[in-house]
Amino acid sequence: MLSRKFLRNLFLFLLTIPVLLFIFAPILWLISASLSTQVELLTVPPHWIPQHPTLQNYLDIIFPSLAASSVPRTFVTAIANSFKIATAVTLICLVIGGAAAYTLVRIPFKFNHSIQVGILGMRMIPEVSLIIPLFVVASGLELINKPIVLIVAYLSFALPYAIWMMAAFFQTVPVELEEAARLDGCTRLGILWRVVMPISIPGMISTAMFVFLVAWDEFFYALIFTSTLAAKTIPVAIAEFVGRYVVNTTGMMAGGIIAALPPVILGLIFQRYIVSGMTAGAVKG
Amino acid sequence: MDLPPRGNPPFLSAMDTYSKPLSKPTPKRRLSLRQQDARIAWLLLLPSLVVMLGVNLWPIASTFILSFFNAPTGINQTRTFVGLSNYLTMLQDQVFWQTIGRTLYFTVVSVSLELVIGLAVAQLIHSHPWGWKFLRFSLIIPWAVPTIVNGAMWRWIYSADFGALNGILMQLGLIKHYVAWLSLPNMAMNLVILADVWHMMPFVALILQAALATLPVELDEAAAVDGANAFQRFWQIRIPLLRPAILVALIARTVDAFRVFDIAYIITSGGPAFRTVTITYLTYLNTFSYGKQGIGAALSFLISVFTIAMALIYIRFLYRPEETQ
Repeated sequence: MLSRKFLRNLFLFLLTIPVLLFIFAPILWLISASLSTQVELLTVPPHWIPQHPTLQNYLDIIFPSLAASSVPRTFVTAIANSFKIATAVTLICLVIGGAAAYTLVRIPFKFNHSIQVGILGMRMIPEVSLIIPLFVVASGLELINKPIVLIVAYLSFALPYAIWMMAAFFQTVPVELEEAARLDGCTRLGILWRVVMPISIPGMISTAMFVFLVAWDEFFYALIFTSTLAAKTIPVAIAEFVGRYVVNTTGMMAGGIIAALPPVILGLIFQRYIVSGMTAGAVKG
Repeated sequence: MDLPPRGNPPFLSAMDTYSKPLSKPTPKRRLSLRQQDARIAWLLLLPSLVVMLGVNLWPIASTFILSFFNAPTGINQTRTFVGLSNYLTMLQDQVFWQTIGRTLYFTVVSVSLELVIGLAVAQLIHSHPWGWKFLRFSLIIPWAVPTIVNGAMWRWIYSADFGALNGILMQLGLIKHYVAWLSLPNMAMNLVILADVWHMMPFVALILQAALATLPVELDEAAAVDGANAFQRFWQIRIPLLRPAILVALIARTVDAFRVFDIAYIITSGGPAFRTVTITYLTYLNTFSYGKQGIGAALSFLISVFTIAMALIYIRFLYRPEETQ
């Protein structure tokens, strides 16, 4: 009996190996390449583990002024832009989206249902359907290549997403708690601030993480709205280097890993919020 | 303030149901709360409504209007009203239909693979093999990697000159010379799909695994006692119970996959010979490369119609009573 259980475990474990290989093989190769020299990377057949590993590509990005090529300098600026933009979008979404989500879930009010359906509909509108008018206005106001234009444009997908997610979380706050606070003389805003917010902190963290991730990930608006380093985000910087098919390939790989680190670290830290967030963001209202 | 009207406005019935049994507040107090509620509701909603009016509603309406104009890109170009001409041009264009076909191919193949592999991985985690927590943890990584980094990574893997794919196939003795994979007309789209599956399969697996974990164990045990084997329990008990979660993953992925752009742009730049140009990509080309904003607007409006149609299906399932109960 014991050996049958052992065989079952062994069989299942053997099944996990190809899955783990599929997940990790591309990443490990990317890491290995980022630690190689340009010369070694181009060997045929490839050296899976670099024979002369170097941290130069990472050092170039950490100390861009000492770097030989312009690639690391571009990366550093683009990462800073991405941070600025994603953080601003996240904060705006939490504050104004949180207020809207609470209202839709808990304050009885005439157009409640139609606004909810409208927000769900807005989440479905692709960026490409919004970009021409936004582009025309942005060029008219001379806002192209300024971070603010990306922050505003990103709200078009991030805000409906954040409202929908936070509404799902606020819905789980027991009505009785709010009612009790109300009988104690708390105002609506007081209830929101003192009762709902503290209970919904996990939901807020989850929402913040998702919004930050989609803002960090966004490519289409950034591609159209930026052409200089002033507002270029990290996905655009990477796409340009890849497109030009250039020079510092290993530097680009190190840059790609650094660009992936913030979202991956966020995802791993807040692991337990991810699934509830995925489901809330994708489904329930 | 004016005296509020007497009687219960119908839209407050939800509030009344739970406030009634608690106490008997004086009518005046309740009505003033309602007034307060309505004003606060608008106050709290206003910033979001203004933003969405500006960046969602106005642009989509504007794009819709633009789709009836001949609108060459450029500052001094004049727009002329052409009625349905943009739509007709598009519908008569072979390129449009080929692009729709390619986009549907991408959508169907990548979503099916993500669903099948995701379901298998979810069930694997659910069986709690050694290291299942590590497996669940690992799934987060591909999902969290930004789309462009993911695309760039696979582009390097597929690279004709120093790619890992060529390297490994050569070392296994499966190819004699390095192959320019992304230049093969029938391979390019499949390679883009593989990259998308690596990126998004974990999303499906994580959702389904979470849903599996909430299923009542008793049903499974009862079926086992009745002599159902593992396969029967999977297909006849868990799959039907998972239907709501599967639908969620399926619809979320379908809507996303149909508007795919980033990953094709970065891996293949639409090539070889248009073989990986999707419908969003075609819209991008018309609007920003060919200078045909009117056609671009018409195309993007069609994408919206499709996705809104998906959204309606979404809402229909959303307001259905829970099937798991």
